[in-house]
Amino acid sequence: MQLHRFHGGLKLPDHKAESTAHPLLTMGVPKYLYVPLSQHIGAPTEPLVQPGDHVFKGQRISQAKDYICAHVHAPTSGRIKDIVDHPIPHPSCLSAPCIVIESDAHDQWGDTRLPAWPDWRERDARSLRERVRAAGIVGMGGAAFPTAAKLNPRAGKRIHTLVVNGAECEPYISCDDILMRTYPEAILEGARIVAHILGAERVLFAVEDNKPEALRALTDARRGEESDFIRLVSIPSIYPTGGERQLIQVLTGREVPSAGLPADLGIVCQNAGTLKAIRDAVLHGQPLISRIVTVTGPGIREPRNVEALIGTTFADVVAAAGGYAPGVDRLVMGGPMMGFAIGDDAVPVIKGTNCLLTTRVEDTPAPGPVMPCIRCGECTRVCPANLLPQQLYWFAKGKDFDSVQDYGLFDCIECGCCAHVCPSNIPLVQYYRFAKQEIWGREKERQKADLARERFEFRQLRQEREEREKAERLARKKAALAKKDTDPDRKTAIDGAIERARAKKSAQANEEASPADRERADR
Amino acid sequence: MRFRTCTSPHLIPGHSVGGVMRQVLYALVPGTLAMTWFFGWGVLVNVSLAILFSVAFEALMVAARGRPVLATLGDSSAILAGWLFALAIPPLAPVWVLLIGTAFAIVVAKHLYGGLGYNPFNPAMVGYVVVLVSFPRELSLWPSPEGLTNASLSLLQTLQTTLTGRLPEGMDWDAITRASPLDMMRESIVSGQTVTEVTQSPVFGSFSQTEWEWAGNLFLLGGLWLLYRRVITWHIPVSMLLTLATVAGVFWVIDPDYFASPAFHVFSGAAIIGAFFIATDPVSAATTPTGRILFGAGIGLLIYVIRTWGGYPDAVAFAVLLMNMVAPTLDHYTRPRIFGHSRDGHG
Repeated sequence: MQLHRFHGGLKLPDHKAESTAHPLLTMGVPKYLYVPLSQHIGAPTEPLVQPGDHVFKGQRISQAKDYICAHVHAPTSGRIKDIVDHPIPHPSCLSAPCIVIESDAHDQWGDTRLPAWPDWRERDARSLRERVRAAGIVGMGGAAFPTAAKLNPRAGKRIHTLVVNGAECEPYISCDDILMRTYPEAILEGARIVAHILGAERVLFAVEDNKPEALRALTDARRGEESDFIRLVSIPSIYPTGGERQLIQVLTGREVPSAGLPADLGIVCQNAGTLKAIRDAVLHGQPLISRIVTVTGPGIREPRNVEALIGTTFADVVAAAGGYAPGVDRLVMGGPMMGFAIGDDAVPVIKGTNCLLTTRVEDTPAPGPVMPCIRCGECTRVCPANLLPQQLYWFAKGKDFDSVQDYGLFDCIECGCCAHVCPSNIPLVQYYRFAKQEIWGREKERQKADLARERFEFRQLRQEREEREKAERLARKKAALAKKDTDPDRKTAIDGAIERARAKKSAQANEEASPADRERADR
Repeated sequence: MRFRTCTSPHLIPGHSVGGVMRQVLYALVPGTLAMTWFFGWGVLVNVSLAILFSVAFEALMVAARGRPVLATLGDSSAILAGWLFALAIPPLAPVWVLLIGTAFAIVVAKHLYGGLGYNPFNPAMVGYVVVLVSFPRELSLWPSPEGLTNASLSLLQTLQTTLTGRLPEGMDWDAITRASPLDMMRESIVSGQTVTEVTQSPVFGSFSQTEWEWAGNLFLLGGLWLLYRRVITWHIPVSMLLTLATVAGVFWVIDPDYFASPAFHVFSGAAIIGAFFIATDPVSAATTPTGRILFGAGIGLLIYVIRTWGGYPDAVAFAVLLMNMVAPTLDHYTRPRIFGHSRDGHG
């Protein structure tokens, strides 16, 4: 198959062998699980349980209220201890509402389990999509976008190709690698289910060439299938080839339009882990309550991959990998390029937690002082979106938000290549995030202001209309009165009465007035 | 357990400004040694003094601006500016030329514009142009290798000459200097000689005067190493030398008696060092790939125009400064097509 190249990118030491040396370990059920209400891109969920309630494994405990949202399920059976703010894995290190489940150690599925659908081929796309939604599945490559929404392209967009993303291009992360080695049939079955939902004619399954074992496992699992409905493609390992848009370019040579989606090219892209979750949901009625997490880095004793329940704390996961190595200094969720540092290992594993990376001071020394940009252009050379990061930085720093958008800020995928090669140690991606936040903030403000202005203008319009109507009403009344005034008989009668009243008044005034007043009046 | 938080990427950075600048310094070593071999100790004396002055001015200005002095000096950019300036100056030039030149380079061209990263003009070239137009005599006294062989100035005598501005007893400027190849070509053609007659002179090697050719070769070596190390990109040197050679070639084909060959132009004066070390100064050059090609081409064209029809024999400094002026405009009009956008720049 003819492969293509995307602009820039980086060849990075992959550091995957450390964590793939051991087979996948399924962790036991911890005593307490901390399940955040919001684990995905989109609106938070609303809890369906109260402290003290008993829940079964897989029971829906928090409800999606929005289209871009995903239900949350109990990872094990037990008692709801509390619904409180608890630290969550987020760059801000802030806490957010979590459902705390105290395990009853039975790990029991109750009668709330969704029915298994081994006959999924007989079901239509709509009910299968509904199943994906009911299972609370989100993209498991890290972005955690609700999958049901992604499987429902806008009307009129025909999907011909499903791209399976098994690239896993960030260094250290190997959860998809181990998943593909361990459950190749399940992933392929998931791919068939999703292709069925989308009506896709072919599946392109891309795996980076630094994962030969995964590729072999998939090839073996696919053996016997005669048609080339599913094609396994080995792609070069260049960061960030696992970015959706980069991967589609590598496979098809086509670029997803800037403001568009892969669906505009007739393509939908799904991560291998997501496909496994979809298959489990359809074939076994199992919602998304666990995932594979890579625990790795020089700060860990026995780097490996573990399958952990959602809500397991990082500390428990690390303990399953032999605990921290001496001198551990940094704990990162995600990979070294796009992951963010975690302040406290009490945070739980969520649906998008693909990797816990730990480093020591000597592996990731504090960055040197930030130097001025010397416009060396290294960032331009490595930018996969073909942007000019040095110019974006310049405008973002100067808060010139019009220019920064003109230079393509919103085409930035925040892969971090520019920041990695910057000789001046400039945290470039932070500047871009800042500029994006500011622009979104202003956009919101503008919308609010627009709404307020509309309201004000409407009120003015209404008031004017009311005034006008009142004036018209008065005018009509006056006209009616004037019509009465012009009645000749009536007019003479009134005039006569007025004349009489006036004569009477002046007579009275003359009598009452003093001589001085009279004198003044005469003058 | 609690952890320190820090922004991504969580990897050891591959580059630093100081590291980049120091690689450029290493790349200057072979060419500088070649110049010392041909032109005597004066080259090293100039380089050392100019670096000393530049670093001192840098430290003063950084302190005056209330910035961290040691961290800033660590970027080595002042050393580079001083070194490049020194290579442009005749090896026996008096010390005050160095002092004035480096002062303009570092104080005016660099720090009055905001320091590293903010200077629109190449500092070393600003310093050089200031002394070139102010002190034409001192700037024209290039010693010749054979003149020096006869006179054999020791390091001490060279230092003395530089500091006092006078040659040791019994020596004469006319005996030890001669016109540089570009001067020679210019004057001979004006006086009615043909290009061929000039190049048949015994001091000429294959394309130009032997010593300039050799210095050029070794600066070329350093430049290729910089390309290999990815400190610079190919765009500026290639487009600059290609344009210079192409334009020179066109005129040479038209009238080889009156116009010098492309090889002569490329291997004379500061063309090579300019292409790899001066025009590639990232701060003052264009930054987009296409912009850099145009930037280099503009310099190549201007070098030819000024050398052939202008008032100065060499033109690298003027050409670079003139193109520095248009670099922001070039960047504005040569933005690459962003991923997912159509050719006309819309989504």
